[in-house]
Amino acid sequence: MSDIQLDLVSDAKLSRMGSTEKVRYIIDEVRKGKIMVLEKGLDPMEEAKLIEMTMTEIEEDFFGLEIESYPRDDSGGTFFGKLFKKDAGQQKLTVIGPANQLKTLRKDNSLISTLVSTK
Amino acid sequence: MGVISQFRNFFGKLFKKKNACIGIYGPPNAGKTTLANRIVKDWKDDESEPVGSVSHIAHETRKAQRHHKLEIESKGSKICLDIVDTPGLATKIDFHDFMKEGMGEKESKQRSKEATEGVIESVKWLDDLDGVILVMDATENPYTQVNVTVIGNMEARKLPLLIVANKIDLPESDPEAIKEAFPQHPFIGISALDGTNMETFYEAIAKQFG
Repeated sequence: MSDIQLDLVSDAKLSRMGSTEKVRYIIDEVRKGKIMVLEKGLDPMEEAKLIEMTMTEIEEDFFGLEIESYPRDDSGGTFFGKLFKKDAGQQKLTVIGPANQLKTLRKDNSLISTLVSTK
Repeated sequence: MGVISQFRNFFGKLFKKKNACIGIYGPPNAGKTTLANRIVKDWKDDESEPVGSVSHIAHETRKAQRHHKLEIESKGSKICLDIVDTPGLATKIDFHDFMKEGMGEKESKQRSKEATEGVIESVKWLDDLDGVILVMDATENPYTQVNVTVIGNMEARKLPLLIVANKIDLPESDPEAIKEAFPQHPFIGISALDGTNMETFYEAIAKQFG
């Protein structure tokens, strides 16, 4: 049976990187077959950049990423909502892996259930 | 978001841009092109305006298509919009999926390559829009990463967003699940295919983007 590496990446590690460096790091690690769990995920612009950069990497043996995170809490976008809810709009825990190894079984706003398989 | 973009958004809102540019976004096969075609059919006088082709096979739209100056009227108010039908956003594209639909290997690989280019184009369009209509398939789970990412980008840019639950003509559709998933944004259930609820959709467009 083959082993699968699971990396739990702290916010401290990712926050030291710039956006492009962060996205590059994630794609490189996922291309090695790793499953990554990001403590605080990416911001929306970085997620878009990740999708864009992933598309440039797709070839016959790499079909892209499976990425799942929880919806952000915008607190209705109201002044008081944002004032009293400190983490409104912030990134949430995110799981990322190669599309041919990580499959989302179920996702809602409180649970992400995935299946990890060998190639 | 850069300082210039913030200024542009601020002054755009202040002076109510005459010709706002609205992108139709969503995952593949949500019905974006069917919706764009219906909007064009309902509001474009010019019969020669091209419409996009639709297919049950994902990634049929692989290049963004812009429909210029559509004048939409609802309850006495009129707005003029450019509508951009964007290729379906995805985080993965496997050419084997096209082969399962009966395409040959060469054709599948070509479609896959064009689909990746389409996704890149869709992401780039996010920088040039004044608002987004996010189309979701009401028969599917709404908590997809594509939906989360598009909504996050609109919230970060402070741009208006209208969530559309499409395919409500299908018995298995559950538009309420979409409404419950993203309660902080305006929502409307429609069938772009048979036209159900399109009047209310145009009212929502006028309210959200007017």
